[in-house]
Amino acid sequence: MKSLILIIVGTALINNVVLNQFLGICSFLGVSKQMKASASLGGAVIFVITIASAVAWLLYNKVLAPFGLDFMKTIVFILVIAALVQIVEMFLKKKSPAVYNALGIYLPLITTNCAVLGVALTNVQNEYGFLESVLAGFGTGVGYTLAIVLLAGIRTRIDEEVLPAPLRGAPIVLISAALMSIAFMGFAGLVF
Amino acid sequence: MNKYLERLYNGIIRENPTLVLMLGMCPTLAVSTAAVNGIGMGVSTTAVLILSNLVISALRKVIPDQVRLPAYIVIVASLVTVTELLMKAYTPDVYETLGIYIPLIVVNCIILGRAEAYANKNPVGLSVMDGLGMGIGFTIALTLAGALREILGSGTCFGAQVLPKTVEPMAIFVQPPGAFLIIALFIAIMNAIGIKTRQRKLVESGCDGCCAACSAACEQKEEVPQR
Repeated sequence: MKSLILIIVGTALINNVVLNQFLGICSFLGVSKQMKASASLGGAVIFVITIASAVAWLLYNKVLAPFGLDFMKTIVFILVIAALVQIVEMFLKKKSPAVYNALGIYLPLITTNCAVLGVALTNVQNEYGFLESVLAGFGTGVGYTLAIVLLAGIRTRIDEEVLPAPLRGAPIVLISAALMSIAFMGFAGLVF
Repeated sequence: MNKYLERLYNGIIRENPTLVLMLGMCPTLAVSTAAVNGIGMGVSTTAVLILSNLVISALRKVIPDQVRLPAYIVIVASLVTVTELLMKAYTPDVYETLGIYIPLIVVNCIILGRAEAYANKNPVGLSVMDGLGMGIGFTIALTLAGALREILGSGTCFGAQVLPKTVEPMAIFVQPPGAFLIIALFIAIMNAIGIKTRQRKLVESGCDGCCAACSAACEQKEEVPQR
């Protein structure tokens, strides 16, 4: 039990996917302009990464590894993630329009989010079991959401400030991310 | 200028993928902790980029337009797997240091971006030169960021002591926050001297253009009315 809690805390806070591992920077910088969009994207990422980790674990441990095909994992994972996102989108559209309206438009974006592939590969590297993989996926998604929502909050404040011209746009956003990253380094002391 | 050399110039200076087009931010931020890592990542990405441009350009009349993105992803993923296995066998040190970021070359926006923007409409020779130019541009930017972070953060450059021993290096620069700070500094300098980067567009209008598949997704996104 303790190790499972440790996985969630570790992936969400200590090794935060964006601020520490630098995965999913593209959407982190791109979408964080609006708070609402950030929260929706975060929700979609949690959803997809959790499912993708489960599917990737099953595929790797039940299909690839037994047949000695583990070198194929990169190709298989990226295709499975792309297909999975499509299926999830179709399923939600049909079965749960409310969730689809909240997350739908962000789902295709996630296919190329390196965080999803990154988590699947890290799970293999760490030799996690099924439950551990799913929790690591969930924790990573929560970490991503936390980071992007916080950045969106900071950016709505920055927008109202007068800045030196060269810092406008990307530099100030990256500096904000750097400060957030410093703050998140504090979580490294959380290991219990 | 010879059109082949023009491709090199374009990739290294005019459309430098990292500094001007702002593509491939994840590996740039992640592996630039030391100059050597920058070179390792740069060279492996260049290899994949040249080969993927070669294959995609050669197959550009064969691949149907509707399924081109999945086809490109499969091609790139295969090439990355080959590169990964080669690195594991011949350069185990670099392989260990770069770790998970080697398989993640698959989702590097530069590669799909070049396939979509150049290789799928130009002949093989030019596409290869385009890949080479972009690869060198990426390698230079990564090595520059890596060297700067290494000098500031550990007082060394390519492992050799640069700063006098009495100067305490600022360790923050080899840690994650330093990556954001250095890239912010690079872009601020480019802004200050008036080089137009794509960053404004990237940051202000969402992630469009950051990679082919991503921008395809964004096109769909824009059709949905804002709520």
